[in-house]
Order: sequence, then structure tokens, then C-alpha cells
Amino acid sequence: MQKELIKGNEAVVKGAILAGCSQYYGYPITPASEIAQAASRYLPPVGGTFIQAESEVAAINMVYGAASAGMRALTASSGPGISLKQEGLSYIAAAELPCVVVDVMRAGPGLGNIWPEQGDYHQVVWGGGHGNYKCVVLAPNCAQEMCDLTMLAFDLADKYRNPAIVLADGYVGQMMEPVVFPHKRVKVPRRDWALYGDAESKRNVISSIHMSTESLEKHNNKLQGKYAEMERSEVRFQEIKTEDADLVLVGYGIVSRLLQSVVEMLRAEGKRVGLLRPITLFPFCSKRLSELTTQGKHFLVVELSNGQMLKDVQLATKEATPIHFYNRMGGAVPSVDELANVARKYVK
Amino acid sequence: MASNVLKKAESFFDHFERWRPTQNQTTHYCPGCGHGNAHKLIAEALDDLGLADRSILVSPVGCSVFAYYYFDVGNVQAAHGRAPAVATGLKRSHPQSIVMTYQGDGDLASIGGLEILHAANRGENMTVFFINNAIYGMTGGQMAATSLIGMKTTTSPYGRSVENDGWPLRVCELLATLPAPVYIERCHLADAKGIMSCRKAVKKAIKNQADGKGFSFVEILAPCPTGWKMTPLEAEKWVKEKMIPYYPIQVFKDESATREGRFPQPREVADDELWKALDLGLFGETHPYDEPFVKNFSTTHFKFAGFGGQGVLTGGVILAAAGMQENLEVSWIPSYGPEMRGGTANASVVLSKDPIGSPLVVNPDVLVAMNDPSLDSFEDTVRPGGIVFVNSSIIARKLRRSDVDVIYVPLTDIAAEQGLTAGANAVLLGALMEYTKLLPIATIKEIIPLGIKRKQLIDANLRLVDAGVEWIQNNVKGRKQSVTVPPSKQTAATPVMFPEK
Ligand SMILES: Cc1ncc(C[n+]2csc(CCOP(=O)(O)OP(=O)(O)O)c2C)c(N)n1
Ligand code: SF4
Repeated sequence: MQKELIKGNEAVVKGAILAGCSQYYGYPITPASEIAQAASRYLPPVGGTFIQAESEVAAINMVYGAASAGMRALTASSGPGISLKQEGLSYIAAAELPCVVVDVMRAGPGLGNIWPEQGDYHQVVWGGGHGNYKCVVLAPNCAQEMCDLTMLAFDLADKYRNPAIVLADGYVGQMMEPVVFPHKRVKVPRRDWALYGDAESKRNVISSIHMSTESLEKHNNKLQGKYAEMERSEVRFQEIKTEDADLVLVGYGIVSRLLQSVVEMLRAEGKRVGLLRPITLFPFCSKRLSELTTQGKHFLVVELSNGQMLKDVQLATKEATPIHFYNRMGGAVPSVDELANVARKYVK
Repeated sequence: MASNVLKKAESFFDHFERWRPTQNQTTHYCPGCGHGNAHKLIAEALDDLGLADRSILVSPVGCSVFAYYYFDVGNVQAAHGRAPAVATGLKRSHPQSIVMTYQGDGDLASIGGLEILHAANRGENMTVFFINNAIYGMTGGQMAATSLIGMKTTTSPYGRSVENDGWPLRVCELLATLPAPVYIERCHLADAKGIMSCRKAVKKAIKNQADGKGFSFVEILAPCPTGWKMTPLEAEKWVKEKMIPYYPIQVFKDESATREGRFPQPREVADDELWKALDLGLFGETHPYDEPFVKNFSTTHFKFAGFGGQGVLTGGVILAAAGMQENLEVSWIPSYGPEMRGGTANASVVLSKDPIGSPLVVNPDVLVAMNDPSLDSFEDTVRPGGIVFVNSSIIARKLRRSDVDVIYVPLTDIAAEQGLTAGANAVLLGALMEYTKLLPIATIKEIIPLGIKRKQLIDANLRLVDAGVEWIQNNVKGRKQSVTVPPSKQTAATPVMFPEK
């Protein structure tokens, strides 16, 4: 087998190019800059475009343009830059264009610092820009998934003609791990709605403006229909030893890696602990959570933010069984021992 | 009425059904509005040049948001001010297409100031039409960056003042300072002569793009009778008497005749070429799966710490890569965030037979300390029974702890003896592997050349690995404690964790 030892951030770019992405527009920010750097290195030699945009606002609008042109386009940033991309994301979702955005989260609010955090959950999973739109959100927890979920993000973006966001964190982006890359490339087909600068496509209009409430309401309903379809078809999660668990740990991204170690540690002590790791944050694994509630399981939600995912767990379970919560913020990452001690309080 | 003339251009729809199904031969613009005439000039130019089929028009937010009602070309509607960025994405995707933006003064000179500046500065091969009507038409006559001094608008009821609002922005003059644009001209629509020269400018700006010459910019002074609260005739007069004196009608830059055309060609690479271009397959095939080795491998946590230039991060990467080639699960993560201490660089490495949970090494089984701050920071974190490699060339002190296995090895001196001070990490890898027997030396030596370009340097580094191995053989009798075997089961003998390959 051929494996590469590679940083998560670089795996994003190689995966994207293998997925047929030919356009990258971005503005540097730690801890996402390796994505722009790798894109600038790898895209031009293979006939792709890399532009260091003047801002994240410009970058997401360049992506809007490239997506209108039928291309698979990528941009990446971190908290402060994602805030700036929200306007563009709303337009892209409204105009029903596919694109992929990677958010390698850092600690906020404000300038905060470059340390890992998960404080972008709300602005990415629940919206962030204006209007009734949603993005598909995928949360990798290793370098292999930085590649795989980026590739999947392009597929889902195309399938639903909707932006897809890969929500990573500083650790997952900076970490090097072995990655197996597929040995073939996706060919992006011509899309009948896009603009190619030719006679065949010139009657296509990419727009998000509607001139009657009927039309705009219909459009909104259509979008909601897509999101409902995503909730039916695209929920992805990983479970470890939940079957007989009394306490189910819930966490995504780097937190899920820590929780995986906690499960091993507590299982060795004979404690019945399992892990539920959401892989798609939208659509969320609400149905699975509610099933686990019916089985009487208790939960410990762990995140590097102020209860942002916790809200989704509460909604899903209707708090029918106890939900415990532990978080750190500001770049502090709990140790496995620290989390194990917390978990021990809630399980016999 | 503008609509009668509008119908003539082929690049216009005959009926504006995108606007409304019936009564669709007039435009949505107010009588006397400059937009109608500007549209007409663009449509005629596209007809003349035969470029409509290749054209994509990016419309702004403003009264001309509905440009797609009229133009029978590809249409994209952009967010307020972002048209030049959207056009950049389109043009870079399809270099053969003709991409135009059409923007008002609110759109271009205020909210989109950065996007236009940088599209111009990159010299994007696109055409920008800037409709300067000195006001925000669509939103109800508010002040624009281009509103004249003293001009009363709904947000400057006492008249625009320099003190409060600054000077009216002359965009052509600003952009003309940039080397990239090929053509910048300001024209007006206030009389037949103005329209005539505007027609020429519009056509030239589009032709330049077809000829691959780069960024062309046409500012059009246009009446907004509604926003100005004037009749169409008064508005035309106002353009001439008030606007033109401040915004001179002029060619600010024109290198159309002398610029070479550039025609970027799309390039396709074959799958294998792509794979290579992405530096994939660099490590080659992983080694044959050695079941007893992998099955018996106990998870080992490493911390490599030192100052930049000592190669601690690279040392960790080489170790992880060697583990990967031996079919172990591996992770490497650099000092990052709260882990950063004492100005040192450090990396966490985990090698395991099982999927790795936390990649963050808090209590290492093996600590490599290349300098004093590193030892000070991490000595206490080492798991009891773990191993500490101390670079005794630089660190003079001994460990305070006695519950760990410590090797004092003059890594920097050994490297310097071989004439390569920067190679202390190669010495370390040799010594570490010889002492712990965790991974075959041969695998380490297989990885090292992958990251080095010069053959000489490769050989030197490989010699340093051997020097590290020899140093352990000559100076260390046997291992006191194992890395990962629990203390209760440890013996004085050296447990060899895998058969030497
Ligand atoms: C982000 C954002 N801010 C504000 C607006 C409201 N808005 C719509 S058009 C416009 C200004 C239009 O003026 P101009 O660009 O000069 O075009 P005109 O209507 O005069 O042709 C504004 C402020 C908006 N749509 N989006
Ligand atoms: S408000 Fe002004 S710019 Fe808008 S359509 Fe009317 S005249 Fe034209």
C-alpha cells in the first residue's frame, strides 16, 4: 500500500485536486494557511488557478464566480475569515451553487489567538450569514478524513448544489498522519445550469434575487426541501462501544480523538462508556441520539466551545435522559486524564 | 423612450420576459435614466464585435441589478460591490469568455472599493463599466462616495460637506496610478456627442479583452433624474454643468495599441502526471506486513523538544514516517497553541499498533531534550519508567528525577565531528533506535533521503545515523528499563521489542 505522511491541511488540497477541484481563492490565516500554501504549490502546475485574494470577502466571491462557471472551487480560512465569508455563503446557497469551504477553527472571539477551539460551530452549522439557508458541514478528526471528507464535500455540494463546509480545528489541520489517496481523479461534468462563456450556456442566469413574495417563498421552500433531504440521506456518524454503554461521550473533531482514548481508559477499568462522534454536523445525528436516549443512555458532551453543539444534542434528545457537559475554551485543550476524571463522575 | 432604441441590439432580448410576461418591451428604469443608454451601448458593442455568445455580464446590487432582464448573454448577479471578485472567478475559470462587470458608484466606489482596486491591480483580463450617477438610486437617493460637495441627498440633507464626508472620489484617477490596467476612460451620456464617444470607449474596452490585453475600465457619468429630483432634461444639464467640471471627461490611460495580447490556454494533465505533481507515492510501498512485530508493538509516546534549527520537528516526522512504513499507526503534531513553552519548538509523536486516540503527548514515554528550556519544560512530564535522551553537548545539568531512564548523549558534538552541526537530529534517531530497538535503523535511513535534495547531504546524514548507533553500542551497556512495559514487569535486561530486520 502507498501511504503519505502528511498534514491534515495539505491533505485537504491534494484530496480536493483529486476530486476535480481546479480553483482555489483564499486569504492566509493561521492555522489554515498551509491550505493556501499547498494550493499555490500544487494547482498551477496541473492547470488550476490559485489566487491570493485581497480579503476573505473577495475570496468567497471569486469562489462564487468560479462555481457559476461550473468549476469545483475551494477556499479555506479560520474564524475571523469565516465571519467575512458569511455574506458570500448566503449568496452561494441562495443561488444554489456548489462549493467547498474549509474552516480550520482557532480560538476566539475577536482576534483571540491561533490555538485550537470549536467556537465556529454556531456560525458554520446554524448559519452565520443572512436568510434561511444551511450548509452541509463535515467534521474530520484525522488527516485521512481531511482528504476524504473534502472529497465527499465536493460530491455533496454538487449533489445538492449547495455550499459544503469542512469544519476542522487547529490540531486536525496541523497534525501529520498517514493518508491513503485514491489513485484516480474525478472528472467534473459539464453542468447544464452553469456559464461557460459559450452559446449553449448563455441563457443561464445565476442570481439570488426574486421579485415576488410568491417566488421567494417558493424558493425558500425548495431550499428547505433540500435540507430535509440531507437530513434523511446524509447523516454520518461514528460509534465506538455504545451498544452496552451507560454513558455515551459525544464530541467531534480533535475532541473525539481525546474521547476515544477516554473510552479505552475507562473500558479498561470495566466502566461501560462509549463514544458517539458526529461526522456531519449538519445534518446532525439527531435520530441516532434520540434512539440512544430511548435506550436510557446518559450523555457527556465535550466541546472546545460554550455549549454550541450541546444545544443540538439537547434538541435531539429532548433531554429525556441526563446530559452532562464539559468544555474548555480559549485554546485550552483538556488532557485525556482530565476528561476521564470528568467521565468517571457520571458512570459507575 | 429608451426602450424603442433598446430593442434594436441583437444582444438584447426582444421582449424582456425575465422582467414580466406582458408589457415587456420597456425597461424597469425611470425615464431619463442613464442605465438604459449605457446598456444599449454595451449591447451594440457586443453585436459589432460578435461576442455576445462568449459574454458573461456580472450585474451589481443597485438599480442595474436586473441587467439580466435585458442582455441575451450569460448573466451572474453578484453581492453588493463584489462583482470584480465574482468576475475574477469566472474569467479565471473560462479565459476564453468575455467577462464584464457593470457597477454603480455605491457598488464600486464604496462597498466594493477593495475588490475593484485589486482586480485592476491584478490586471484581470476583464471589462468594467462604472456608472457614476453621484447617488444611490436603488435605495432612495442616499449620498454616494461620488456625490458632489454641497449635494443634497436623503442622507446629506444639509449638503455633502468635506468636513463630514470627505471629497467626492475620482475612481479613474485612482486606478490610473496602477501599472496593470490597459485602458481607463471617463465619458458621459449627457448629450449626443458624449454618447458617441462613450460608444467608442465601451467597444474598445470590450475589444481589449477579446484581444487578451487586460483590464479595461470605462466610467460613465450618467443621469439619475429620480434620485436627483429633476426632470430628464434638467438631469442632463446637471451632468454637464456640475459633474463634468469635477469629473473631467478624459482618457486616463490607454496602452491598447502597444500591449501584447495574452491568451492563457487551458491545460489538462494525465492522471499519472497529476499523481506525481501532487508528490504522491513519495514514500513508495509500505514494507511487508510483519504480524508479530505489529501485534507486539506497545503504544509509545514521544516528545521531541529543542530550539528551531536543531531539527526536532523533522526528527519527529522521520520517526513517524518510519513507523508508517512498518505498518504502525502514527501521528505527529507540532508544538502548537498552549503546548508551546519556553520558546522551544516541540513535536508530539505517537506510534501504536492500534488507531491513535489523542495525538497530543502530555506524558511522554520518551522525551528528547535538545536544549535546556526543553528539559526544564518537560522533565516532569515524562511517565515514570520512561526514557529521556539529553543532548549533553548543550545541556550541562543532570536530571532531577531518578525514576526515569536517562541517556546523556553529546548529539551536537557527534554531529559537529562529522562536519554537520545541523545534523544532531540524525545522530539522535540512530541513537534512539539503537537504544530502544523500536524501529529498524534501515527504515529510518530509507526515510531520511526523501526530505533532502543534495546527494552529499544525504550521505552525511546517513553517516550521522550510524554515528548515533555506534555511540550507543560503545557507551551504553544495556537498557535499564523498557519504554512501554509496565514497571512491575521490567527487568534489567534489554527487552528487544521486535526482531531486528
Ligand atoms: C451589503 C449591502 N448593503 C447595502 C445594500 C443596500 N443597497 C442596495 S443598492 C445600494 C446602493 C446603490 O447605489 P449605486 O451602486 O450607486 O447604484 P444605482 O442604484 O445608483 O444604480 C445599496 C446601499 C445591499 N443590498 N447590500
Ligand atoms: S433611481 Fe436613478 S439610477 Fe435608478 S432607475 Fe431611476 S433614474 Fe435610474
